[in-house]
Amino acid sequence: MNELRLDGNAVAGLLQEVFAVEMTTAIGTCSGCSTAGPVGAAHLYRGAGIVLRCPHCDNVLAKIVKNDSRVWIDLPGIRTLEVTV
Amino acid sequence: MAGTALLGRLTWQLAELVEVVAETPHVKTIVFDVPGWPGHRAGQHVDVRLTAEDGYQAERSYSIASASDGTRVALTVQRLEDGEVSPYLTDELRPGDKIELRGPIGGYFVWEPSEGGPLMLVAGGSGIVPLMAMIRTRAAADDDTETRLLYSTRSQDDVIYRDELERLSGNGLTVVHTLTDSQPPGWTSYARRVDAEMLAEVTPAPANRPRFYACGPTPFVEAVAESLVQLGHDPRAIKTERFGPTGG
Repeated sequence: MNELRLDGNAVAGLLQEVFAVEMTTAIGTCSGCSTAGPVGAAHLYRGAGIVLRCPHCDNVLAKIVKNDSRVWIDLPGIRTLEVTV
Repeated sequence: MAGTALLGRLTWQLAELVEVVAETPHVKTIVFDVPGWPGHRAGQHVDVRLTAEDGYQAERSYSIASASDGTRVALTVQRLEDGEVSPYLTDELRPGDKIELRGPIGGYFVWEPSEGGPLMLVAGGSGIVPLMAMIRTRAAADDDTETRLLYSTRSQDDVIYRDELERLSGNGLTVVHTLTDSQPPGWTSYARRVDAEMLAEVTPAPANRPRFYACGPTPFVEAVAESLVQLGHDPRAIKTERFGPTGG
């Protein structure tokens, strides 16, 4: 199982494509355990889409699905996202 | 953050291969000239995109191996036998060929000389690549931040950048190798997987507040991070980057 786990660094390009800012240093606060941490340190699982999970409580922070022309981003577990602009 | 290109949508651009360097039997460094490259910070990566004649596209991320140097960008790529992208990059691409690339990408797993140290780098296999960019950036800036590299490979033949690491040692840089599977005759350094005891011996004490960068396969990185926390290091000072099986 660990073999399939990466981290938020792996979606840095995709997130920057969408948000037009560097997002791995953005600080996300988990709605499950209230821990705040950089997106780059979140656990990442790849399957049909991408799931980001809280490294502390495993809560699902974000789900990302992409096709050739669109990206769907579901953020069920991020209470706050603090971004350097 | 004295970042380059922090703002701005990423765009794909053509990069021309200018040089290929064989590093180990399975690893090559490919150097590109990227017109308009804004410069990068050590630890950042690029996305590479290949398009087949039928329109099928494959995209992969590769860490930048070089210190920022004009429009030149070096990637070090491990050839994965069943990979979709890496065999093309390491075996098919010739100087003068062009590929699509975008970057620099990332800001979390990044180190700049101004951030100081002591710096503790822990590499598993090709996880050395972004850490080498840090070592090269440090050398290029004539920076003497106390830096230690613990580098785990299967054998001496698998050590990437071996000569350069030896050459750069000193001036505050200490390189410690562990060879997990086979060792040359007379080998006196470590000969096992990285564990807590080894990390305790090689790493600056927690009181010195070292900054950690660990990169390698996921199980390697997680074992290292766990051991460091057990040894009393601040989890917030431990930055990790995991390499996965999709890196091919």
